[in-house]
Amino acid sequence: MWKSAEALLAAGMATLIGVTALPAWAQSAAPHQKASASAPALGRPALPEEIAAWNIDVRPDGEGLPEGHGSVKQGEAVFLQNCATCHGEFGEGAGRWPVLAGGQGTLKSDRPEKTIGSFWPYASTAFDYVRRAMPFGNNQSLSADETYAIVAYLLNLNDLVPEDFVLSKENFPKVQLPNQPNFYEDDRETTEKAFWKSNPCMKDCSGPVHVTARAQILNVTPDEDAPKGNLE
Amino acid sequence: MSQHSGPGQQGPEKMPSGTRAASLSRRGFLSALGMGAGAAAGGSALAGRALAAGPDPNIVPVPEWSKMLGAGVNVNPYGKPSMFEKDVVRREVEWLTASRESSVSFTPLYALDGVITPNGLCFVRHHGGEAEIDPDKYRLMIHGLVDKPLVFTLEDIKRMPGRVNRAYFLECAANSGMEWRGAQLNGCQFTHGMIHNVFYTGIPLKTLLDMAGVQAKGKWVLAEGADAAVMTRSIPLEKAMKDCLVAFAMNGEALRPEQGYPVRLVVPGWEGNMWVKWLRRLKVGDEPWQQREETSKYTDLLADGRSRRFTFVMDAKSVVTSPSPQAPLKHKGPNVISGIAWSGRGTIKRVDVSLDGGRNWTTARIEGPAMPMAMTRFYLDFDWAGDELMVQSRAMDDTGYVQPTKNELRAVRGTNSIYHNNGIQTWLVRSNGETENVEVG
Ligand code: HEC
Repeated sequence: MWKSAEALLAAGMATLIGVTALPAWAQSAAPHQKASASAPALGRPALPEEIAAWNIDVRPDGEGLPEGHGSVKQGEAVFLQNCATCHGEFGEGAGRWPVLAGGQGTLKSDRPEKTIGSFWPYASTAFDYVRRAMPFGNNQSLSADETYAIVAYLLNLNDLVPEDFVLSKENFPKVQLPNQPNFYEDDRETTEKAFWKSNPCMKDCSGPVHVTARAQILNVTPDEDAPKGNLE
Repeated sequence: MSQHSGPGQQGPEKMPSGTRAASLSRRGFLSALGMGAGAAAGGSALAGRALAAGPDPNIVPVPEWSKMLGAGVNVNPYGKPSMFEKDVVRREVEWLTASRESSVSFTPLYALDGVITPNGLCFVRHHGGEAEIDPDKYRLMIHGLVDKPLVFTLEDIKRMPGRVNRAYFLECAANSGMEWRGAQLNGCQFTHGMIHNVFYTGIPLKTLLDMAGVQAKGKWVLAEGADAAVMTRSIPLEKAMKDCLVAFAMNGEALRPEQGYPVRLVVPGWEGNMWVKWLRRLKVGDEPWQQREETSKYTDLLADGRSRRFTFVMDAKSVVTSPSPQAPLKHKGPNVISGIAWSGRGTIKRVDVSLDGGRNWTTARIEGPAMPMAMTRFYLDFDWAGDELMVQSRAMDDTGYVQPTKNELRAVRGTNSIYHNNGIQTWLVRSNGETENVEVG
């Protein structure tokens, strides 16, 4: 790809560039061409302060965690102040806002309740997500210590750590969530191999066909009583 | 809808396909007046018609618009659809989500034709509202396991060599997610409207990664948005280097704000959530980051309580967009069944249509481009006698994958997985033309 741009320059295509653009282009042409052997002269080095400002992701092994710590008790206070209006005092979810605690043992049921305690594979995800996206509408407003405290409180609400627990950068990777072993990689190409059929049936493929269910919502603008959705 | 035209009428299949959806309301109007579209089509049809009715008031007298000057050229400096198409808009289902800033508005598939989705009708899914980013203040950072951490401006990206144009579908993994437990939403806008298909202009992601120099240990790329969700997804390096794009234009113009202006990621054939909008950061690492959108969400809970993760590819799928609940049949006689098919694994090779709930199938006509990982249009021209129909479509791609029935899917996955519901859709067309979302067995 880069080669072809170089070829264009070599072929003297630069003379086709508009008059006003020419000086700037001509100025950069020489170093530009030289650098092209490795990489084009576009972009600039990212400064360490810049990387630090945006580099907020946290991994299960603890990579990305900031210095800091927070207790369940501190977390309760911060949570009540910043989160409970939507998520409920105990993470039970106010109205239709997401539920953050409970739901253990529901994953095989008709209405699974997927929370940090019942479903999430990694506690690091809670730290990462609360830090990047919560409180909803005022995100990236919490300190590192407050975030540790909130995660400690959320773990406690899910019966995963005791009331006197203090979460820190150091002990974070030791926190294991119970549902972690129940995740596995996409295996559709083996478990759903039957869907690769060379010659699907075209004629008399089944017995008589009957309607077994109709759309519950006949009006495309759903009303107040419509069922609660599970779109995520 | 209770109006049916006579059997001698020349049908809409005589019109160019591109005008079909737009002509629905006009046909209804003509039909209400006892004047089928065929009345204008030619002498033979006219002969039968002339006996039944007087001159068409849309012909005699000569219409206003043929006698008076219309609006000047720049009344709408940015053009708008005809005032008669004002109902063709994205729609939301408010009870689906708790907030409009983390919600979805669906593509009106029932009213669209061809393969390209108009920019203003492309479905919208936000997790933290629509970010408005000044292009002069836009920055894209690449760092992590690279030799040279870099920062790019939008100008830098637009000056890069190797710009490409590619058409791809983008489907949310939760498209049809409301239908796992049975027919629920009545309209393909709501059952299938979390998809769009546009032409992207951009730079291969590989170009940027090569500039930064990915180190040997690098195996994954974290893509991050600049919106208030600071949306993140882990993308395998192999995919990032293969065909992902850093796009700044859609269908020839700058990205729409709701689609990630000024720059979004394009991840062909893979679930829409990975196509990070307002792209601000790319980090190379040796492991996935297990972000909220790849653990709590976008993992597929199966009946045994275990969950598949990293189910990135969107399997082959199709849907008849007309007739459908929002686009009922209005005429007996000639009609066109129109629909779309797509596959994240490759190119659509064939689409079959059934009118009897899947007992018997006819291969439809694929019309227009059939490109890999892009939406493909199919038609089946047919004569409707006014009998009840159970309309289905079944897509096949060039890997040999055949779109399964909903019950086949449920047999493997149960009904709790929310995502990746690519089962065959059934529309029940009643004898009055009214159409409903149903399940069959
Ligand atoms: C104004 C309402 C609101 C407030 C206040 C709020 N949240 Fe949220 N929270 C949401 C919404 C909405 C989502 C889902 C966002 C989405 O899906 O895009 C969410 C999602 C979450 C999730 C992920 C849930 C899941 O199952 O994936 C966590 C964890 C969370 N919030 C924690 C917090 C914490 C901690 C606070 C306080 C610091 C907080 N939230 C404050 C509305 C709120």
